[in-house]
Amino acid sequence: MAKAFDVRHQTGFAGIAMACFVLLYLPIVLLVVYSFNSGMSLAVWEGFSWRWYASAWDNDQVRSATMRSLVLALSATALATACAVPAALAMSRARRFKGQGLIFAMINQPLMVPEIVTAVALLIVFAAVKVATGYTGMGFLILAHAAFCIPFAYMPIKARLEGMDKQLEQAGQDLYGTPWRVFRRITLPQLWPGILAGAMLAFVISLDDVVITEFVKSAGQDTLPTYMLGQLRRVVTPEVNAIATMLLAISVVMVVAFFFLSKTKK
Amino acid sequence: MANATLSHVSQERRSRWLLLAPALIVLFLAASGPLIIVVIYSFLTAGDYGGIVWSFSSDGWFSVVLQRDFFSGELMLADAHLSIFWRSLKLSFLTALITFLIGFPTAYFIATRPKRQRDIWMLLIIIPFWTNLLIRTFAILELIRAEGTINLVLLWLGIIDEPIQMLFTEFAVLTGMAYVYLPLMVLPIYASLERLDFRLIEAGYDLYATRWQVLKRVIFPLAKPGVIAGSILVFVPSLGAYVTPRVLGGGKQLMLGNLIELQFGQGRNWPLGAALSLTLLAIVMIALFIYVRAVGTEERGHG
Repeated sequence: MAKAFDVRHQTGFAGIAMACFVLLYLPIVLLVVYSFNSGMSLAVWEGFSWRWYASAWDNDQVRSATMRSLVLALSATALATACAVPAALAMSRARRFKGQGLIFAMINQPLMVPEIVTAVALLIVFAAVKVATGYTGMGFLILAHAAFCIPFAYMPIKARLEGMDKQLEQAGQDLYGTPWRVFRRITLPQLWPGILAGAMLAFVISLDDVVITEFVKSAGQDTLPTYMLGQLRRVVTPEVNAIATMLLAISVVMVVAFFFLSKTKK
Repeated sequence: MANATLSHVSQERRSRWLLLAPALIVLFLAASGPLIIVVIYSFLTAGDYGGIVWSFSSDGWFSVVLQRDFFSGELMLADAHLSIFWRSLKLSFLTALITFLIGFPTAYFIATRPKRQRDIWMLLIIIPFWTNLLIRTFAILELIRAEGTINLVLLWLGIIDEPIQMLFTEFAVLTGMAYVYLPLMVLPIYASLERLDFRLIEAGYDLYATRWQVLKRVIFPLAKPGVIAGSILVFVPSLGAYVTPRVLGGGKQLMLGNLIELQFGQGRNWPLGAALSLTLLAIVMIALFIYVRAVGTEERGHG
């Protein structure tokens, strides 16, 4: 008998799909492979070595940028998550109220407004504040990052809250639990996976940001991505590949963890 | 009794605002507030050395599309700006088209896998989406440089005698954008194809339709909301792209994002930059409006 007629089949689609996956991964794989090249070239393989990782590690600028990236991402994640949890509670537990649409728009603004527009807006405002107060520290970057991380932290928390059984909270209230006690003993334990997922998204988003950081940072406040962007103007060595590979590794681990977290806890 | 209910309501309102306050304060300080300042700046006079002078002027908005002739003072269209607008729109449209041509079959392929496999295929689409955009742009840069992988392979195969200049061309920017935004096309198309009722396709074949007719007349109309959503999701960030044209276009193939940045350097025109930003924002909002309507129809259609 001839091969069964498959109604789902479309000629050539599987081929395009395979090509698509290859195209998606080939450039990244090459980038990672050449970070281990012992030569200077980004395209000619001269043997395996850890040389560029060592040289990145010895580079003071890279080390301080790494520290700054991590401190910034952790602070922004903490601030954004701390803002997103109560906001999600207020938005999902309340009946419709006046101004809800406006608040929804405010929370989602960082997702809708092009990053370059937010970046120049922050440049204008923070430049004026920097001149007026004389303060040029990390506070500006943390505030800016926290703002665009809020919607990313907010979404999984809100989704989790909406999927939760409200009767348990009701029962807690009926048993004269104070709002705080009900939250801490009933809501929070169930909400945890959502909070963790939101924090992880926020962390990845903050760690990867280039545009807003580039416009907000003061002199000498390079993060890893802005340091890389600056390096592209000079002669590029596999050292940049090594830095990129490390950043990539962090993101991939976070995303895969997020994926399984949101899969299993549903 | 009525009083008790009233105080309960006002208490609920107070706690709601208390819960919202931290998020709203952060967002106001670093998102909505600055955006309002941009609107104000777009109506002010440009300072001589960058910055602004606090007096009303509509020059910023006029300069978006018009310029005054240096000698005669005559108003004419600002060709430099218009060509950048045109390039941004053209490249964003082409990016959406290319990602559609690759993304639709890919999404269809994933949607027709057995249920257990789908998640893994989708993970493969999601991972690049969540990895650093600069790194992905940089990966493309390494491929298409004069001494990059593609040229080396072509030289080695003897197809070309000297490296092709691909970097700093529109082709480079287009390739980069299609590469970085491809997942944004696959995700929504997959979402609408996943729910596709394959009995409808069977019915099509029972009525003697060819594969192409089934694709065009059955599958495609059902996936249309996802296609519209994907196109907008790709079009919007492409239009505001800054990193990809900067790295791959190298200052020669400016897009709107880069034109906006240029206005904020030393001795540049801040009000014009503000007006350009808001123009970009307006186009994006129109696109998002279309998106919301498309997604809204989809939900009704399946409801």
